[in-house]
Amino acid sequence: MFELTATVLLCPLAAFVLITFFTGKSEKISSLVSMVAMAVSLLSSLLIFALILSAPGDYELKIPWINILKDLPIEMGVLLNPVSSVMLMVVCTVSLFVQIYSVGYMHNDEGYSKYYSFISLFSFSMLGLVIANNLLQLYIFWELVGLCSYLLIGHWYHKPDAANAAKKAFVVTRFGDFGLLIAVIFLACKTGTFNFLEIERVIGSGILSPAAVTAVALLIFCGAAGKSAQFPLHIWLPDAMEGPTPISALIHAATMVAAGVYLVIRTYFIFDLSGTALSVIAIIGCSTAFMAGSIAIVQDDIKKVLAYSTISQLGYMMLALGVHGYTAGYFHLITHATFKALLFLGAGSVIHSLHTNNIWEMGRLFKNMKVTAVTFLIGGLALSGVYPTSGFFSKDAILIQTLESGHYVLFAVAFLTAGFTAFYMARVFFVVFLSKEKFSGKHPHESPAVMYVPLILLATLAVGLGFFSEGFSRLIFFGKINEPEHAVLIPLLSNLSAIGAIVLAWAIYQKELISAAALEQRFAFVHKFLKNKYYIDEMYVFCVKNILFVVSNAAGWFDRHIVDGAVNGAFYLTSSAAGALRKLQTGMVQNYAVGIFGGVILLWFFMNMMK
Amino acid sequence: MIAIQELLIFNSVIFAIGIYGALTRRNTIGILMSIELIFNSACLNFIVFGKYLYPSLLSGDIFVLFIITVAAAEVAVALALLLCIYRNSKNIFIEKISLMRG
Repeated sequence: MFELTATVLLCPLAAFVLITFFTGKSEKISSLVSMVAMAVSLLSSLLIFALILSAPGDYELKIPWINILKDLPIEMGVLLNPVSSVMLMVVCTVSLFVQIYSVGYMHNDEGYSKYYSFISLFSFSMLGLVIANNLLQLYIFWELVGLCSYLLIGHWYHKPDAANAAKKAFVVTRFGDFGLLIAVIFLACKTGTFNFLEIERVIGSGILSPAAVTAVALLIFCGAAGKSAQFPLHIWLPDAMEGPTPISALIHAATMVAAGVYLVIRTYFIFDLSGTALSVIAIIGCSTAFMAGSIAIVQDDIKKVLAYSTISQLGYMMLALGVHGYTAGYFHLITHATFKALLFLGAGSVIHSLHTNNIWEMGRLFKNMKVTAVTFLIGGLALSGVYPTSGFFSKDAILIQTLESGHYVLFAVAFLTAGFTAFYMARVFFVVFLSKEKFSGKHPHESPAVMYVPLILLATLAVGLGFFSEGFSRLIFFGKINEPEHAVLIPLLSNLSAIGAIVLAWAIYQKELISAAALEQRFAFVHKFLKNKYYIDEMYVFCVKNILFVVSNAAGWFDRHIVDGAVNGAFYLTSSAAGALRKLQTGMVQNYAVGIFGGVILLWFFMNMMK
Repeated sequence: MIAIQELLIFNSVIFAIGIYGALTRRNTIGILMSIELIFNSACLNFIVFGKYLYPSLLSGDIFVLFIITVAAAEVAVALALLLCIYRNSKNIFIEKISLMRG
């Protein structure tokens, strides 16, 4: 099994090296190398999953790496269990589909080979993160995926927006990573190991005080919030849409942003011990879901809608984890990875044919782009949680879990957000695919087969995955198996609200029975508030200007005047003293003779005085 | 008989003139001559004190002979150096001879 793991991990790495150093000149070979490597990885990961399925459990391979510290051996290793094997499949599948799709989408792009080399590097890092058996290794790959995200957002780096977005994504996630790093170091110091299983055993024996456990859990969550774009560190994700659309599908919808959720799942044994940390996660997840869902309603850029939707869905996952919905949260991660990748790729297909992101410059694309429209519809329905798509099963599992755990307020907010989700997806769908034509002089056409075949495959997954939910909950659980309740009321209610929201969107944007402009007028304040994304970017700017700059200016003044002053003063004193003293050394013998003679006279004078 | 004080004052005056010359002359020859004056005042001092303290001994006079010899040798060396310097730099002014100065 570990040979297969090595194959999964090393194929993309080999592809990255090959493309970077050898085949970069030839675009065809580069993309082929990358895709073949990914296909091999996918096959291996499927085999691994089959092996795990036949005998579920933890399989660990450890190799000693650095043994400098006597009390803290550092090792490399692989931890395979149901959780990581499922994630391996998801990453490989989405990565392969995105790479196939990119052949069409990135056609004629001048950075084509570079794009494929980075996407291979990203796949390698993400797979490494998934199978890491210790925190340190996970942290290394964690930073590597952050780097790849930076490189790929900035793919069109000559565009200032893209370059800035890449920088923003990198810097904002660093904030969270800092917390994670502290948690890793703290845990290593307290437990003497980085290994997940050993930390679980040590912490289970109660070596850490409850307060320390809570602190560690929150610091880990800090890292997860940065990567998974949770409030208030979510601001980088909408900007990251400056990258190529397939990248948004792969990194900023399906895999990397889910890494934060995955981290919480991997270290759930810590969170499970701290009720406070779980409540914090649930509240932040729920408020993120609500906030991002409401912002998505007023966005005009098709990718921004999807970006806020991603933030919102990640919030759902965190909420689920916060209310002991381990299985539900993870299942939502999987289903979301498929249908959100599908939606992004569908949006990319539209953008590819119309060369605009603005939904108000599209319209009535259904008759030109039937495959894209149908698959987008399936993705939208899955995201809205309409029966029988996969989103229905995962989202309702979260809602049921929230209600059962007794968080009624969180449940109400999550339920409302589910309505928002259906509404903004319906809005985008009606405006882009069904309403009146708003583009002129352009001739949209269906994308080539390399682009729509992945769409069809992903759409199949987005629908089909839901029927594995029971098997999934028997495979992946924390503590005891959480048998899904066959509640009827909540799914019925949530579906009704979703359909209601869709009908409302239909009335506003398709039939225009209710004027959108009038609504904006009516709720001008709310509209402005949402349009400005809750003013969170402005809040950051305010903090930077009024707190950071003031403090750093003061520190700068102190540095320039006090610290540098002391150093320069010492220098000035020495040099002026030397300048004064060097005048004594004239090099004239006669001057010295005057000194000698004067000295003798003085000596004589003093000796007379002494007498 | 001349009083010892007058002789000592005379010596002091010669010494002072010598010091003054040695410290102020720019010409190296002048400095050498001034140093000669200092020597001579010292010699005279030896003789004066020798005669007044131990009239029967010749120790003062012998010391003076030594000084004259050493001074002559020294002046020979000094003049030789001066000639060399003059050949090199066409100059015997003391402030110009500063080749060794950093």
